[in-house]
Amino acid sequence: MSELITSLSTEEIAEIEHEASLVPRRDGVAIDALLIVQKHRGWVSDESLRAIAALLEMSAEELEGIATFYNLIFRKPVGEKVILLCDSVSCWLRGCDKVKARISNTLGIEFGETTADGRYTLLPVPCLGACDRAPVMMVGDELHTHLEDSDLTMLANDVATQ
Amino acid sequence: MTDRPLTQNIRADGAPTLLKDYEANGGYSGLRKALATMTPESCLDEVKNSRLRGRGGAGFPTGMKWSFVPMGDKVSPGHKYLIANADEMEPGTFKDRLILEQDPHQLLEGMMLAAFTIQADIAYVFLRGEYVLAAERLTTAINECYAAGYLGTDILGSGYSLELRLHRSAGRYICGEETALINALEGKRANPRPKPPFPQVSGLWGRPSIVNNVETLCNITHIMTHGAEWFQTLGRGEDSGTKLFGASGNVKSPGVWELPMGTPIREILEDHAGGMRDGYQLRGFLPGGGSTDFLTDQHLDLVMDYDVIGKAGSRMGTGTMIILDDRNCPLGMVRNLSRFFAHESCGFCTPCRDGIPWIVQLLDRFEMGEADEGDIALLEEKAAFIGGMGNTHCALAPGAMEPVNSALKYFREDFERHVSAGGCTYHGAVGGH
Repeated sequence: MSELITSLSTEEIAEIEHEASLVPRRDGVAIDALLIVQKHRGWVSDESLRAIAALLEMSAEELEGIATFYNLIFRKPVGEKVILLCDSVSCWLRGCDKVKARISNTLGIEFGETTADGRYTLLPVPCLGACDRAPVMMVGDELHTHLEDSDLTMLANDVATQ
Repeated sequence: MTDRPLTQNIRADGAPTLLKDYEANGGYSGLRKALATMTPESCLDEVKNSRLRGRGGAGFPTGMKWSFVPMGDKVSPGHKYLIANADEMEPGTFKDRLILEQDPHQLLEGMMLAAFTIQADIAYVFLRGEYVLAAERLTTAINECYAAGYLGTDILGSGYSLELRLHRSAGRYICGEETALINALEGKRANPRPKPPFPQVSGLWGRPSIVNNVETLCNITHIMTHGAEWFQTLGRGEDSGTKLFGASGNVKSPGVWELPMGTPIREILEDHAGGMRDGYQLRGFLPGGGSTDFLTDQHLDLVMDYDVIGKAGSRMGTGTMIILDDRNCPLGMVRNLSRFFAHESCGFCTPCRDGIPWIVQLLDRFEMGEADEGDIALLEEKAAFIGGMGNTHCALAPGAMEPVNSALKYFREDFERHVSAGGCTYHGAVGGH
């Protein structure tokens, strides 16, 4: 096994190999492999990307083209929790621009940025499919709906306890 | 026999229906019946006779779609695939989430029946990454099915075998397009493929494949359980079955409801969505998600049938309506949608990759008060070209232009006012700018 690949953990390699055993081509699990490594490390570094490419017997350039295509694969470090704020049409009709302004004021970050303490990254996301409860966002794995001023106190309190 | 089959197991407390409760309410009797007494051919006939049309947005007849899959000795040895499209990302669409989170077995049974009909041996649920709760509950349901013998080898002693896997997507709206979805399942960038070849002949890994929306597959469960004739009686108009309809925006009670096909729009908006919020008037609505044409109050007495909405110049799409009120700017709404589509273009076809950002820039000029009279004609000209059928591989760009073209038709005075007033005059709305 090449030195590159050994930068992945045995657990990561085992999970990727399991996925690869289910499909006709090793590079067919490129997206699954990126998500597996991201699950363990929070993001996909250049070193991890090259290691995955070597493991899947594909070029790092091709894998980079795949990694940067998908918005839920992070090629830069992100905070402990990623805030995915819906900015699509139903949330727009219900005031998501104001929610965005409040989050930015509270956390001191714009879309694409991470708080200085490394706790939150703020990203826009296409329609989250909860339009009857707009405006909505995800904080980590949790969906937050009917975002009014009071619902954003969670974030504000979190910042205040720092 | 229920007349609301899709939501019969949906509980008020939001808890998922587990296998024992699903079975207790007649679940998997359709699968048992099909495997014991029916052939793939008779299953296909049942689906054709039901006149079910795809619930993902295009409305293509499901039985006809399946009939193009090569069967028996007409196909070389190897896998066939059945894929549930659970990549619900059409702006303003929130119907499949309800079933995925609260009644996953209904989808799984429909997938098994569809897979048996086309004789697929591997099935996938292609689930958008943000549907975390749905992923947990689908995983539980799939495990229950393997343990109970509904999945795996020699299902219920029938000799038929099926593997079913959950694929969690890494994002991007375009994955909802069936050939883009197939590329994503192969680990590639999700660029749509040119057709032909169609997926029925050459899909996942070059093998015969069917991709169907979640709600479409759930209907298969009930058609095979209760029969095509019963299914036809559910609709109030020309189309058969029920539909998950929804409404979002500034209505009193936004939500999703299972109602007969052919339900009047007015009934959905007034009886179910509760009418407009106090202080808001209806300006218009997109009848079935972000890539459908605006309709207005003159269309409220139309019924939600595919051809009725089509004749009115729009599409029923996903059946989840987005309501525009009088306090939000029509151009602002179209600008929000156009930005979405510009961002979500896969970038392969030039009219889509370069053209939709031009539309956004033009709409920005109206917003900022930099547009003149000529820009209305320019917007019309560009939208007609970008949305022209055949100018792009897939339907993203044509869909993106539907709200633009119809806004120019119904809200022309707003475009003119942006020019004469030197910018947007809508302020202080909930949405605002």
